[in-house]
This record gives sequence, structure tokens and C-alpha cells, in this order.
Amino acid sequence: MLTDLTIAQARDGLRAGTFSAEDLTLAHLHAIEALNPRLNAYITVCHALAMDQARAADAALARGEARSLTGIPLAIKDLFCTEGVRTTAGSRILGPFVPPYESTVTANLLRDGAIFLGKTNMDEFAMGSSNMSSAYGPVENPWKRRQDAKAVLVPGGSSGGSAAAVAARLAMGGTGTDTGGSIRQPASFCGIVGVKPTYGRCSRWGVVAFASSLDHPGPFARTVEDCAILLGSMAGHDPKDSTSADMPVPDFAAACARGVKGLRIGVPREYRVDGMPAETEVAWQQGLAWLREAGAETVEISTPHRKYALPAYYIIAPAEASSNLARYDGVRFGLRTDGEDLRDLYERTRASGFGIEVRRRILVGTYVLSTGYYDAYYLRAQKVRALILRDFTEAFVHVDALLTPTAPSAPFAQGEKMDDPVQMYLNDEFTVPADLAGVPAISVPGGLDANGLPIGLQVIGKPFDEETVFSVGAALERAAGFDALPALRAGA
Amino acid sequence: MSLDRATVRRIATLARIRVEEDEIPRLQNELNGIIGWIEQLNEVNVEGVEPLTGAAHMALKMREDVVSDGGYPEKVLANAPDRAGPFFAVPKVVE
Repeated sequence: MLTDLTIAQARDGLRAGTFSAEDLTLAHLHAIEALNPRLNAYITVCHALAMDQARAADAALARGEARSLTGIPLAIKDLFCTEGVRTTAGSRILGPFVPPYESTVTANLLRDGAIFLGKTNMDEFAMGSSNMSSAYGPVENPWKRRQDAKAVLVPGGSSGGSAAAVAARLAMGGTGTDTGGSIRQPASFCGIVGVKPTYGRCSRWGVVAFASSLDHPGPFARTVEDCAILLGSMAGHDPKDSTSADMPVPDFAAACARGVKGLRIGVPREYRVDGMPAETEVAWQQGLAWLREAGAETVEISTPHRKYALPAYYIIAPAEASSNLARYDGVRFGLRTDGEDLRDLYERTRASGFGIEVRRRILVGTYVLSTGYYDAYYLRAQKVRALILRDFTEAFVHVDALLTPTAPSAPFAQGEKMDDPVQMYLNDEFTVPADLAGVPAISVPGGLDANGLPIGLQVIGKPFDEETVFSVGAALERAAGFDALPALRAGA
Repeated sequence: MSLDRATVRRIATLARIRVEEDEIPRLQNELNGIIGWIEQLNEVNVEGVEPLTGAAHMALKMREDVVSDGGYPEKVLANAPDRAGPFFAVPKVVE
């Protein structure tokens, strides 16, 4: 089936003329038609636009002008502004918003010939770990529990739509953003690969802002190499983002073949937590054994402030969000709810336009930034953030990369962990430290639990050393030989 | 630190989010749960530690202070909920 191909395989097929970009795009659009009503992975499907792009790709192929992604159909998280295509950020407040510009990351993908199938579902403003906070309904994880196939599991979040779409073969790859784990945790839950590059590697320009010092655009795909191909296109310096890194983009795909011989892999003991399923520990140990067999050395290390990363994050991210989301005032764009006067208009617009989790985080952010509390909360959290970066910096004196589980639990069912916000936040315990420190990380499927659900392994690397992250990720992938498939997928 | 009713009301006003009276107890409960959990940061010794504002592993670049964009009011206004000619329109703010 065309929808089962990897991006690397599809590129070869397109160049050899085995099939056309139109064939490939139509196969995915048909799969979306069949499965999206159930999975709800896409908020907007761009049928006509995708077919136009496919015809242009076929013309480029015929002229021998193929670029790195010519003819490859992708899913775009609905946080990336796409010119002329509605961009909601999963929120009611942006329901009517049609950007008159294209984000830098999606413009880079279009420059390289990619086809956009549509805009994917997500937790509102990327605030969530289950996709349950979307104003456009939850997303169903295409994986099923072996013993309880009726349970509807969450795909993780916030980039749950892109992860579910790639897992179910409704796209060959996709984009996400990772502020506290929003690429890696859904990749782990959906049995695919997700990469959060170094902060500054991918431009944030045109990505709806959540917490600017933490927002990292990155790719999803079904293989490590495919993620490397996508990141190679998405990355690069952008003068429109002052935090964009003016550094050459290495050949990430070449790094996948490097191997791990001679590398030192750190095993941070603080990523072992109470209540973590035994299977997660087993998958972690198995991952370490695979890396040793491939010629790496594994070393116990300590990142002593790991447990403080999540509470620090829940000060810093809401603080930045409360400031970033001040722009939604019902005046310049988005939804408006009329009021008695201007102030009432603001308050009613924001009360009706934002969902419950977004309102909660804006209130927390406002509180920790308010007079009298700034030093006790915000300033202290920024100091703890410095200690978390120091933990990584000190670890990387001794090791080349770290291996940890991606998430403390397997995908849970819709409705679970919904009563207490802090229980939901704990999903991101293992992913948040790399966001606070800005270091690159990948999640790769490491195996299945007793329910037949995927368990992700996380590799964390040095700043701007995605190449080592890809080489370790690819070594794990080769050793794992992960060939399990989700129950819900195109052609199943 | 426990947030009382008045504090919840005050931060909702600062955040310009309308909160109905009957929502306050639930919000108070949730916010206190989150803030109480966050307070474990008080265990960390941060003496002499410089706060870290961002994750960028490089110095921010300077650029020329010049106008480099603009000149398309129709695009800027295209998503406005209400407009009057080339302006955003809001309810009357002065009598």
C-alpha cells in the first residue's frame, strides 16, 4: 500500500516513476476520508489544495527538479499559520482565523516540495497531554488495548492529531511543536518517532505562541531517518525569529547511519519514579542493552534537579502564556463576544473563547507574575531552570547522550486523569527537562507493554548535536525492529 | 500560600477573563492544588544562582532598526471582527 511507505521509500518511488505524487496524495486523502471521521486527527482537510500541490510536484519530477520532499504528503499541526488556510490552535477563539501569511517552517517544507494534506487537531494552544482540551473534539489513538479493544485511548498531546495521523497512515510525516513534551509524548503514545530539536534550530515565526522560551517546532514520522529528512527541511536560520540559530543545518539523515560505537550513553537515575510501570523499566533496560550490543558504553549518572523541572515548568510556561495570550482580545482577529463596554467585551470574549485549561493556565501565569509573588514564584522558577540546564551541562562532560523513557505511562483512556490537573501534568515529567534546557531529544518506539501498547524511549543530546541524537535513535530503531501496527490504520 | 476568593477575582480581572460567581470555588480549588504542588520548589537551594530566561544557546543577534515590513492594511484587517474603513472598530470608549 502506498500509505505504508516511508518517506525515504516514497521519494525513491516518485523519482523512479513507479507512482505519481497525485497517486500518493489521493491514497492519503482516501485514507483520511475513511478514518478521520472516527480518529478526528484533522481539523481541516485541504483536499483541493493538496491535489494542486501534487500536480505541481509531478510537474517538477517530470522536469527532473525534485527537491528533498517533492510529492511527500504531510500533516501540519494547526498551530502553524498557513496562508489562506484556517489556523485554529485548537481554540474557539481562533475559529474564524485565516492567516494572511505562512509560517517559516511550513514555508520551508513547501519550498522543498511537500504536500499539505490538512491541519491537525491538538490540545487548545498546545496546553495538554491528551488532546482532550481541543475545542474541536478529542482525537482517538489508533492503538487498542489487547484485552479491552473498546476503550478509546488518547493519542497524547498536545500534537495528538499529527501523531495519530502519522501512526494511522493518514500522512507520511507531520509537524508538531514541543513546549513540555508535546511532540515526544504523543510520538511515544502512538508508536512513532518524534523529534524536538535544539531551541533555535527551527524558527518559531508564524507558529501560534504558547511559551516563547520553550516552544520548539519539530517533526513526526514512522522512522528515524524520515524525521531526519523532515527536520533537514524545517530547520535553518530565520531573521524573523530573534532566537533562530544562525548555524549551518547538518545532514541529519546521514547521521542516522553513523552507529554508536564508542559513544558514552548516560543513564540518569532520577528518571525512575514511583508508580512507573515495570514494563517501562524493562523497555529502558532493553534499550540500554541494545546500545551496549551496538558498541556503546552505558554510564549511570545523576541529574539531581529532574523532579523540580515540572513544577518550574508550570510557573514559567503559564507566565509566558498569560503574556502571549493577551493578544486575544476580540479586536484585531479571532472571535469576539460583545459586551457593555470595551472591557466587558475583552472579558466576555476571553471567557467564551478560551477553554477551561487555557483559562486555568492564564490565571496561574497572571498570579505568579503579579506584584508580591514574582520573586517567590517566577524568579525562583527561572533559577531552578538554570540548575536543570546545569545538570545537563555537567552530564554532557562525561557522556555523549542520555537514554530515558519518554513518558512514565502507556496511553490512557479518554476521561482518565481528567479530575486533577496535576495528574495530567505528570505525563510530561520526563520530557519537560529538555524543553527547559533547550537541548535536542527524540522519542523512538522501544517495545510494547502487556496490553500491546507502544512504549517510547527518549534520547537526549547536547545543544545543536541532533546528529548524535539521530545516530542513537537509529541504532535503537534497528535493534528494536519495531514492526507492531496500530489496530486502526489505512487498509487495515 | 492559599488563594482566597478575592485573589481569584483579582487575578481574573488582571487577566481580563470574566469569571462567574459560581465558578470561583472550583477555580480556587484547582489553582490552590497547582500552586501548592509548585511550592515544592522551595526545597531547592537557589542561593547565588542566576535566573535563566531562555533556552537559546547563543547570544541574541542585533539587527538594523529599520522598517522592513508592512504596507498592506487590507491583509492586516482581513481577520478583524469589526472594522470602520482602514481601522479596527471597538465599542465606544469615551462619552
